[in-house]
Amino acid sequence: MQKGDSSRIILEEYAISNAVEHSIVQEGEPWSIEKFAENLKVEIIREGDNGRELEFDLIGCAPALANAFRRILLSEVPSMAIEKVFIRNNTSLIQDEVLAHRLGLLPLRADPRLFEYPALPVSEDEDASDQDTLRYELKVTCSLNPHPRKDSRRPEDIYINDNVYSRDVKWVPLGQQAEIYPKGEEQLGVLESDILICKMRPGQEIHAFMHAVKGIGKDHAKFSPVATATYRMLPEIKLTKPVKGEMAERLKGCFSPGVIEIVRDKKNGPDDREARVKNARYDSCSRNVFRHNDLKECVQLTRVPDHFIFTIESLGALPPAVLFLEAVKTLKAKCRTFIEEIDNIA
Amino acid sequence: MKMGRLAELAGDGESGEKSRTFVFQDEGHTLGNALRSIIAQYPDVQFCGYTVPHPAETKMHFRIQAKSGRAVDILRKGLEDLEKACEHTAKAFETAWQASR
Repeated sequence: MQKGDSSRIILEEYAISNAVEHSIVQEGEPWSIEKFAENLKVEIIREGDNGRELEFDLIGCAPALANAFRRILLSEVPSMAIEKVFIRNNTSLIQDEVLAHRLGLLPLRADPRLFEYPALPVSEDEDASDQDTLRYELKVTCSLNPHPRKDSRRPEDIYINDNVYSRDVKWVPLGQQAEIYPKGEEQLGVLESDILICKMRPGQEIHAFMHAVKGIGKDHAKFSPVATATYRMLPEIKLTKPVKGEMAERLKGCFSPGVIEIVRDKKNGPDDREARVKNARYDSCSRNVFRHNDLKECVQLTRVPDHFIFTIESLGALPPAVLFLEAVKTLKAKCRTFIEEIDNIA
Repeated sequence: MKMGRLAELAGDGESGEKSRTFVFQDEGHTLGNALRSIIAQYPDVQFCGYTVPHPAETKMHFRIQAKSGRAVDILRKGLEDLEKACEHTAKAFETAWQASR
């Protein structure tokens, strides 16, 4: 295995051979904002899942910074979630506290930037401010279907409302909210219509009012605005020797689909297959290649240490690009807070 | 924002104002590591590290040992640089985002 190329993290069979060079304490040029600005590059790669998913590259920054943004996305960018449930009647099989927990986890459409954080502690009574609270109602009663489909024994045919879904949770305006938010349900309602909350049988009923407030993931995971936010370093694969024939096929099988391609060249004789690296970006870095003694001599697996492939999956209340900018803003606000605090101790 | 989230521990006599441990209330690895990665690269800094002494306490201890200058000034510079880095990241992201539309 060839050494060198200190700008890459080299993944060998039993170790990362140049781990020391990429340890957290880096010698070198002193940090300056000019150098940082010169090195930093952002490239938007892909949007998906109806704009709820975003993949972009953050190039030329320290892992500590990328990790700070990731951590802030998970636990410090606010979102709205149901915090208080006032149960009027619950004769279903689900206990009040379990039902309240399930309702709390429902993702809401509301934009948290339009609301204030609630005054602490969150008021126990039902009169709440229209500036920091959203009110919802769930009222469902299960009954026998008076006109069941003939001969059918399926619950959905013989009962009405045997399944309670998130779509049954309705927004109720508080104070001036009906005027402030003319779009109402469309802007503030529940994000997904088909989340099963509870199953019921005739005679059972759920009636509850809910108050949603703004919060952060640090307090409870239900306030996290992302399904997940991750980053990984860009993989790079080099073939150090030509890989031909049957070996090329095996090499291709060692990596994720699309990473290795097989090219054919008549000049190479009767078995004209040869492996090439097509696109290492989406390789899972599985290390499968090390199971083949003949193949592992021919490849070098590396990672680019300052190239981060960031993936943000939003729950849907805010687009992922907005969430990332909110995360950056949050980190900036932290710095500002403590710069002001320094004056108090100095 | 409520005040009083930053405190400092008593310094050790010999090093004077060059070395300090600052205590950040309600902060953790998010700010600690990002700030450390910048301050550790300053030429005046001999040592910079952070720790969260106990996972159940929302406190972060941030240590700076300088070769010259006051530790508190280095901390201020670090926070200002991190703030600028955030500003630039936001700008770069917005530019890339507009370009991809």
